[in-house]
Amino acid sequence: MAVKQMRQQRRKEFVMLLRQPGLFACIVVILAILVLFCIFPVLRLLWTTITNQEGHLDLSNVEHIMNSTNFFTSLGNSLMLGLTVAVISTIIGYVFAYAVTRTNMPGKRFFHFMAMLPILSPPFVISLAMILLFGRSGVITKTLLHIRNHNVYGFGSLMIVQTLALFPLAYLNLKGMLESIDGSVEDASRSLGASRVKVFTSVTLPLSIPGVFSALLIVFAKSISDFGNPQVLAGNFSVLSVDAYMQITGLYDLKTGAFMALSILLPAMLAFFIQKYWVARKSFVTITGKPVGNIQRIRDRHIVVPLFIFCLLITVIVIMLYGTVVWISLVKTWGVDMSLSFKNYEFVFKRGMSAMQDTLLLALIATPITAVLGLVISFLLVRKRFFGKKLMEIASMIPFAVPGIALGIGYILSFNTPPVLLTGTAAIIVAALVFRTLSVGVEAGSNSLRAVDASIEEASTILGANNLTTFTRISLPLMRSALFSGLLNAFVRSMTSVSAVIFLVSVNWNLLTVSIMSEIEGSRLGVASAYCVVLMVIVVIALLILEVAVNGEGSRRKRK
Amino acid sequence: MSEKQAVSVELKDLVKVFPAYGTQGDFTAVNHVSLIAEPGEMVTLLGPSGCGKTTILRMVSGFEIPTSGQVLIGGKDVSTLPPNKRNVGMMFQSYALFPHLNVFENVAYGLRIKRIPDKEIKDRVHQVLELMQIEPFEQRMPNQLSGGQQQRVALARAVVTEPSVLLFDEPLSNLDAKLREYMRDELRKIQQRVGITSIYVTHDQSEAMAISDKVVVMRSGVIEQVGTATGIYTSPDNCFVADFMGKANFLPVTRWQPDGTAEVFGQTVHAKPSAKLGQKQPVLMVRPENVLLDENGPFTAKVETATYMGQTFQYVLNCQGTQISVADYRYHTNGVFRPGADVRWTMAEPSLRLIPAEEVKA
Repeated sequence: MAVKQMRQQRRKEFVMLLRQPGLFACIVVILAILVLFCIFPVLRLLWTTITNQEGHLDLSNVEHIMNSTNFFTSLGNSLMLGLTVAVISTIIGYVFAYAVTRTNMPGKRFFHFMAMLPILSPPFVISLAMILLFGRSGVITKTLLHIRNHNVYGFGSLMIVQTLALFPLAYLNLKGMLESIDGSVEDASRSLGASRVKVFTSVTLPLSIPGVFSALLIVFAKSISDFGNPQVLAGNFSVLSVDAYMQITGLYDLKTGAFMALSILLPAMLAFFIQKYWVARKSFVTITGKPVGNIQRIRDRHIVVPLFIFCLLITVIVIMLYGTVVWISLVKTWGVDMSLSFKNYEFVFKRGMSAMQDTLLLALIATPITAVLGLVISFLLVRKRFFGKKLMEIASMIPFAVPGIALGIGYILSFNTPPVLLTGTAAIIVAALVFRTLSVGVEAGSNSLRAVDASIEEASTILGANNLTTFTRISLPLMRSALFSGLLNAFVRSMTSVSAVIFLVSVNWNLLTVSIMSEIEGSRLGVASAYCVVLMVIVVIALLILEVAVNGEGSRRKRK
Repeated sequence: MSEKQAVSVELKDLVKVFPAYGTQGDFTAVNHVSLIAEPGEMVTLLGPSGCGKTTILRMVSGFEIPTSGQVLIGGKDVSTLPPNKRNVGMMFQSYALFPHLNVFENVAYGLRIKRIPDKEIKDRVHQVLELMQIEPFEQRMPNQLSGGQQQRVALARAVVTEPSVLLFDEPLSNLDAKLREYMRDELRKIQQRVGITSIYVTHDQSEAMAISDKVVVMRSGVIEQVGTATGIYTSPDNCFVADFMGKANFLPVTRWQPDGTAEVFGQTVHAKPSAKLGQKQPVLMVRPENVLLDENGPFTAKVETATYMGQTFQYVLNCQGTQISVADYRYHTNGVFRPGADVRWTMAEPSLRLIPAEEVKA
């Protein structure tokens, strides 16, 4: 009886949806696009690894790869690296987040900004700096310590680099978690006679455990998915993301490459979805919508000073690494002739001009699409009921959850034959950029929409506005901050992404990041650094423009 | 302002089941509800939270789809018509003003959607702002208004498009007590002047009584009683309704006749039997203000507590183990009794009702 009732209700819901043709068409089109660009490539990847040339189910290929010892070594390396980096990044991230949210440590804004720096830059900048400082002709190893032929490549360096690149993710996650814990709980513990240490171990830490798990899982997933850093710095320490790339570009073995990509895709996706659906739900934090009141910030010197020194140390390392990249970009020949010159930049602006233009153009196309599509999807997910909602939600996250290498391979496998022949075009790069970043926009949109009272949109609807009008006139203006962060994120990621697009670039369409990779491979580190600096400057300029555009309009509105 | 013919709203055997979520099973929020709001009528859905009143309102507005049954507006089935095509006005509990638009634009929004010429929009908005006495604030943003002003803007926005039905979702619950009473009377006046069929949801019985032509008392998704405010207050069908519509005493009845003659605490009284009584065991329902302290009264009791409330002295009496609430308006002449005192009392007989005995939820 209940089943029959529910079916009846669902039919009515469907009829009502049909009576809003615009909304209906929008849902269908978005679902179709998401299936095509987010799910199909991953399935295609899976299909390729488990079938033979004739398209029959055939696991002999998989068996063959598994029997070669290299595969398991690389898999073990990837997982070990992921675990180590996850643990260390989470610890550093926690210390940063705790210091920023719970103490009166000086320079909090500065530390926050410095922690963001690795997120705003291409993934391999830190790797590049490592080579420059500790490599064979590194400033520290060769010039200062006179160590000859120091081998910077391998697990150790890779671990340091990934930790520095990924701890910001852990930091952001944990900062949000710590900020949302009601400070009065800690005050209550303190007033009951607990020491600072006791408050931390008995209240703060247990309450932030879900955040810690989130951070661990996210960093783990990103570490094993990372391609840029290991490609530059792994040396003989083989990891699967690089192996997959080598198989395809070096040996033209798409099948083996696909299987290797799939082998990191599964644990990465698993970690991501566990984080998303299990850990996040275990959260103790109750969101009341009220801003959490004034937290009693810790002033005790014996707590603040060590935290400050720790944050400072990490920050100094980050600054040193980025500074090195800027420095070398301004030097004639690193380690030989250290006089200043602009010849690297001359090269970049002459030879790299077309890549720069392509990158900017493609990023500028991808950015608004990503931001708007992300907000539309978040609007549908948060506010509407329709068939295939779960599908839409999951599909929009998949390209973000899977390793970029896997997505890239999936794209060439999927779109190199009609009916959707896109390889070699700008469209395929734009698609990769859009869908790889989409999830971030959806997330930002959903969060900001959940903070808006749903009855505000209902008020618009009941006054006769259709869904499009409600979205553009009411929801969108109320999601301005999400629109801003969505645009920014999409742009930064489009400018800095490597792994997802490295297979998709062509003679016609090249990207800055890919040019940098090839300069590094060719050991023209000065040029690579100059490219990196240019890239980061563009990102910062974009950030400033968006900041002014959004906040400027905001304050004008307020004045009015 | 509207010269349009008011329409009726009819609910036919309406059911709403919310599917199981997590560990909870299916939840039937509205269980076979039928109801009619006549053209121009103000109908109040009254009940505790979770009784399904808001769900009914949301089905009339179109934000929820009935599991079964129909919603008819002006005789037409609108069950699957999207909310924006129903020509229904709604006032939300949170007012739901557009925070990024000023008062004028908030009110004009619905008219702009209908692509009404600018000139006419201006006239109509001003007319309604004048009616609500908020014309001076037309350039303000919502966050620069007081609660009462926001309330008026919300009402202005809801009526300016001349909807055929007006829905109120606990619109006064965010106001403080004084303002609430004032706005309640204002709402009523404006609704009567505009003459729109209205459905009003509240959990506040005094609000319901003051504002409505028809009160619908609900519990657990079912209508318990429909009637005028006085009808329901004086002649509740059961203990729940009696208790929800103000305070009530339920006295044990030892013997009774179908004509309403009943024996209470060993004395015979004449009460009116409720329509729903049938052959069921009754209790005698008497409101605290109808229990009269009278030195010649037939009943005796001991005072348990005495509380001074200004208008009244409220007593809890103990009569043979049964607690009886008394609201004494005549304490100036009756004098004040202290706890422990013995008193005699009687009841205003025309107000007595026999209703089916039932456990009263606290």
